[in-house]
Amino acid sequence: MDFGPYILLASLEGAVTAAVLALTAVGLSLVFGVMRVVNIAHGEFFMLGAVIAWWVAQSMGGHPAVGFAAALVIAPLAVAAIAVAADMTILKRLDYDPERTIVATIGLLYIIQQVTLMTYGPDARPVEAPFDTRLAIPWIERGEGGWQLYWPWGLGTTSYKLAVIGAAGAVLIGVWLLMSRTRIGLVMRATQMDRDMALAFAIPVEKVYALVFGLGAGLAALGAVLIVPIQQAHYLMGADPLLLSFIVVIIGGLGSLPGTVLAAVFIGLSDGIISVFFSPTLAKILATLLVGMVLVFRPQGLFGSRAA
Amino acid sequence: MSAARRSLALHGGLIALLFALQFVLPDYHHGNLARIMVLASYAVGYNILFGYTGLLSLGHALFFAAGMYGMGLTIQHLGFTPAPALVAGLVTGIVVSAGLALLALRTSGVAFMIVTLMFAQAGYLTILYFGEYTRGDEGFVIQQAERVLWGIDLSDPTNRYFAALILFAICLMTCLHLVQRPFGKTLVAVRENEERVRMLGYDTFAHKLGAMIVSGTISAAAGAVYGLLFGYVGASFASVQYSIFPLLWVLLGGAGTVLGPFIGTLFMFYLIDFSSGITTAYMLIAGVALVVLTLFAPQGLTGELRRRLWRWLP
Amino acid sequence: MTENSSTRTTTSRRGAIRTLAGAAAGAATMPLWARYTHAQSAEPIRIGFQVHRTGIGAAYGRWYDRTTQAAVKLINEGGGINGRPVEIVAEDDGTDPKRGAEVVEKFANQHGCDIGFGTLFSHVVIGSAPRAGELKLPYFVVSEGHHVASGMLNRYTLQPGITDVKSQVQAMAPYVTQNLGKKVTMVFPDFAFGHDHRDFFTEAVKREGGEVLAHIAIPPAETSFTKYFPKIPRETEVLYHVMVGPAVLTFVKELGEFFGPQRPEMFGFIDSLEAVAMDSPGLEYLDGTYFWEGMPRHVQADQSDHDKFYRDAVGVDDRGASVSDPTDISTYAHMFGCWETLHVVKEAMETAGYAGPGDRAALVEAVEAMTDMPHSRAHPQGAKVFNGKTHQVFGHQYISRVEDGRLVKVHTTSIEDTYYPDEVDYTTRAL
Repeated sequence: MDFGPYILLASLEGAVTAAVLALTAVGLSLVFGVMRVVNIAHGEFFMLGAVIAWWVAQSMGGHPAVGFAAALVIAPLAVAAIAVAADMTILKRLDYDPERTIVATIGLLYIIQQVTLMTYGPDARPVEAPFDTRLAIPWIERGEGGWQLYWPWGLGTTSYKLAVIGAAGAVLIGVWLLMSRTRIGLVMRATQMDRDMALAFAIPVEKVYALVFGLGAGLAALGAVLIVPIQQAHYLMGADPLLLSFIVVIIGGLGSLPGTVLAAVFIGLSDGIISVFFSPTLAKILATLLVGMVLVFRPQGLFGSRAA
Repeated sequence: MSAARRSLALHGGLIALLFALQFVLPDYHHGNLARIMVLASYAVGYNILFGYTGLLSLGHALFFAAGMYGMGLTIQHLGFTPAPALVAGLVTGIVVSAGLALLALRTSGVAFMIVTLMFAQAGYLTILYFGEYTRGDEGFVIQQAERVLWGIDLSDPTNRYFAALILFAICLMTCLHLVQRPFGKTLVAVRENEERVRMLGYDTFAHKLGAMIVSGTISAAAGAVYGLLFGYVGASFASVQYSIFPLLWVLLGGAGTVLGPFIGTLFMFYLIDFSSGITTAYMLIAGVALVVLTLFAPQGLTGELRRRLWRWLP
Repeated sequence: MTENSSTRTTTSRRGAIRTLAGAAAGAATMPLWARYTHAQSAEPIRIGFQVHRTGIGAAYGRWYDRTTQAAVKLINEGGGINGRPVEIVAEDDGTDPKRGAEVVEKFANQHGCDIGFGTLFSHVVIGSAPRAGELKLPYFVVSEGHHVASGMLNRYTLQPGITDVKSQVQAMAPYVTQNLGKKVTMVFPDFAFGHDHRDFFTEAVKREGGEVLAHIAIPPAETSFTKYFPKIPRETEVLYHVMVGPAVLTFVKELGEFFGPQRPEMFGFIDSLEAVAMDSPGLEYLDGTYFWEGMPRHVQADQSDHDKFYRDAVGVDDRGASVSDPTDISTYAHMFGCWETLHVVKEAMETAGYAGPGDRAALVEAVEAMTDMPHSRAHPQGAKVFNGKTHQVFGHQYISRVEDGRLVKVHTTSIEDTYYPDEVDYTTRAL
C-alpha cells in the first residue's frame, strides 16, 4: 500500500483504540485521582462489561441493534454495582491503604476471572454489531491527467468503527460536564484535592469513594461494550486495557481529565503510526520505549503540572 | 540477647531448618522447596528495592529474565559451562539493572512504576523479536549434560536442593547484613522521608542506585539459577506476570522484613498447590485468601508477627 | 457445566482411591472396580493429565479434557489396560511452563502416576519435559510442536498421537502452489510456533517453485490487526494465515474487512478459527477459501465409521459443536490426538506387559518399537506411521474449502508428504 493511504488507515485504527482506551483510562483516572488507590482489577471490570454485553445481546434476540442497545445500558450499570459492592465490602475496610489495595485487587482479579471462566467459559464470543458496513475510502493521486481520485486496495473502515469514535467522544464530553458543571462533580473534585478538608466540610467521603469506584468501573465496562463487536468477549481480555489505561493515566498527568484523553490519543495513534514504519514487533518495542522515555524526561506526565 | 544476635540466630536457624528438612521431606515437597527457595531469593531481591527503599517496581521480571537469558544463551550459543554462564547471568543482571536505574531513578512514585513496567515490556518483546536465538515464547531446554557444575549434576534432586539453599542463604544473609548497616538504614530513611535524608547531606540518588543494582542483581541470580536447576529458559518468565509475583509475595509475607519474602513465596506456592487439589476453581480460593489476608493481616504475615510478637524483627 | 461435572467425577474418583488405599477391605467393596477380577490388578493405571484449564489454552483444554474422558471411558469399558482400570488424574497447568513443570513433579512424586499426558501448548511442553526426563516419567504430549522431533527434548518425551507442525506445513505447499498461486504472503504470530510455519513453509514453497513475498509476524497478545495488513504486497496471489489465542476471530474478521471485495486466494490453518463457529458474524467472506485441518470438523460425504464412532463418543455433532450446546465449538482438528495417544499408551503397555512404575523404561521402548497404526477406532483421524527414533508420528493431512459456511474436504495428503529427514535418534540416549 502507498504511504499516504497507509498512514490514514493506521491513524483510523489508532483512533478506535484511542477512543476505547480513553473511556477506560478516564475511569481509572477518576479512581486513581480521587481515591489514590491502584485498582489492579480495573481491567476485569472492562472484561465483565464485555461478557455481560454478550449475555444481554444473546438473550435479547431479534435485530442485533436491540441486544446491543440493551447491553449498552445494562452492562455498565451491572458492573458499576459490582464495583460499588467491592468498594463497600473490601476497599473501605482497608482504609484505602495503597499497598493493601494492590493485594486485595489482585485477589479480586483472581475471583472475577475464575467466576467468569466457570460461568461464561474459556471461549472468545462475538457480539454482532448493530450496523457494520465496510466503507472504502478514496485517496487522491497525481496521475497523468492531473489530480485524480482512486480507491486504494485495502483502504477502508467500517461504519461501526466510526461510530465507536463518535460515541466515545460523546461520553467523554458527558463525563467532563459531570465533573465541571454539577454539584456531584464539585464534591468529587473537592475530595480529590483534600480529603480531610472535604470531611471537615461534611462531604460524605465514603459515599463519594463508592460512587467514584462505581463510575470508574462503569466507564471501563462502557468502553468494553463499544469494543466487543470489533473484538470478542474473553475472560482474559482485561490485562491489556489495565496496563494501557494505567500508562495513559500517568502519561496524561495524574488527575488531569483532558490530559488523560490526550494521552489516550497519543498512545493509540503512536501505536498505529509507528507500525507503518517498522516490522510489527519492533514497532511495539519502540512504542513501549517511547512511553518509558517520555516519563523519564517528564515524570509528571505530558500534561501534569506537579510531580506525581 | 541483642536484637542483632537474635535476628542472626533466627535467620541462621531458618537456614539450618531448611538444611535439615532436606533429609525428612517427601520427594514432592522436597522438589517444591527447592523451587520456593529460588523464587524466594527473587522476592528477597525485590524486597530490597520495594520493602526497604520504598520504590515500587513493576519491571523486575526484566532482571530475573536478564539473569536467566544471560546464563541460558551463553550455554546455548557460546558453549559456556555452568560456572561462567552463571557469571554471565549475574553480569547481565548488573548491567541491565544499572542501566535501567540510571533512567528510572529520574522518576519516583507512580511514574517509576510505569517506567520500569515499560522497559520490562520492551525487554519481553525483545526476547520474542530475536526468536532466532531465543526461540521466543517456546524457549529452550538446557540439556542435562550442560547442567553439570564442577562435576555436580544439578538435575539430581539433592544437588538441586543444596544449590537452591546456598543461593537462598547468600541472598538472605546479604539482605540481613545490608539492612543492619548504615547503608540499609539510610535506605529505610529514604523510604520514610527522602527530602529530609537529602537535607541531612546524604546522596540519596547514590543510595537508591545502589539499592536498585543490588536488588536487580539478586533477582538476576535467582533467574539464572532457576534456569539452570530446572533446565528451561522461556519468555514467559519475562512477562508482566513475573513482575507482579514478587510484589505479591513480598506484600503477603511482609514488606520491609527480611523473612517476609520467603514466608510470602512459601504461602502463595502452597495456597495454589493445595487449593488446586481441592477444586479446579483454585484461583477463586486464592483470590478470597488474598482479600481476607489484606483485611486481617495488614502488614503481611511477617509484619503481623513483628507487630504482635517480635518487635525486634529486622 | 460439562467442565464442572467432569471435574467432579475426577475428584470423587481420586477421593475414592484414597479411601480404597486406606481401607483394608480393598477392591472388592468398590463396585467400580468389581468387574476387574484379579485382586492385585485392581490397582488402577494412573495417567497424569496436564490440562490447560486456565490461561490462554483454556478453550483447547476443555475439549482435550472431554476427548480424554471419552477415550478413558471406552478403554475402561473394554476391560482397561492389562485388565486394570485407567484413572485420569487431572491437574491444571494454567498454560504456564513453570506451573507445567511443577505439575509433572506432582504426577511423579505425589500422585504416583504411571505416565504424564496431554499437554498442548509448546512452551508448556518444553518447560515440563526436562523434569519428566529427570523423573523418568514417560511424558506423552499432544502438542503438534516440532520440539519432540527436533531433538531438543529427551528419551521420555513422546508424541505418538498427532503430527508436528513441520509435517503439516510442508505437506500443504504442493497443493497451495499448484492450485492457488505461486506468490504467497504469510501472516503468523511472532513466536516460535509462527516461526516454524514461516521457516518450514517458505522452504517448502521454494522447493515447489513458488515464492514467499513477505512475512508478516504479528506480536503476541495483539488485539487489533488491520494496521499490519497494508504490509501485504499488492501482487500477492495467496495469503497464508495462521493465528492462535483469544483474538483469532478478530484477526480473521479484520482480514475480510481489509480486503473487501478484492481478496486474493486465502489459505489458512484452522488454528485461526479453532473453537470458533464458521457462521460467526463477519466470516461470510471466507467462502471459497481454504484451510488445513488436522481432522475435518464438519462431517464429510465419505465419513468413515471410525469418525462417526469417535464423534458420538466425545459428544460432537455434524458441525463440530458440542451435542449439548451448538454454540460450543470443539477443537476438532487437534483433540483427536488425546484419543489416539491414549490408545497408543494402551497398546504399548499391553505389549510391554506394563505392571507398574518399574516398567516405565520398557513402556518407552514398546512405543519406540511401534510403526504402523492403521485407520481404526483407535486412530479415527486416519492411518499413521510412528518413527521410534524421533518419537514423532506422521499421518494424513486434510485441506478443506469453505462452501456455504461448511468446511468441505478437497484434498488428503499422503503420509509420505509429511516425511522429512530424521533430526535426532532418541533411542541412542540412556533410559
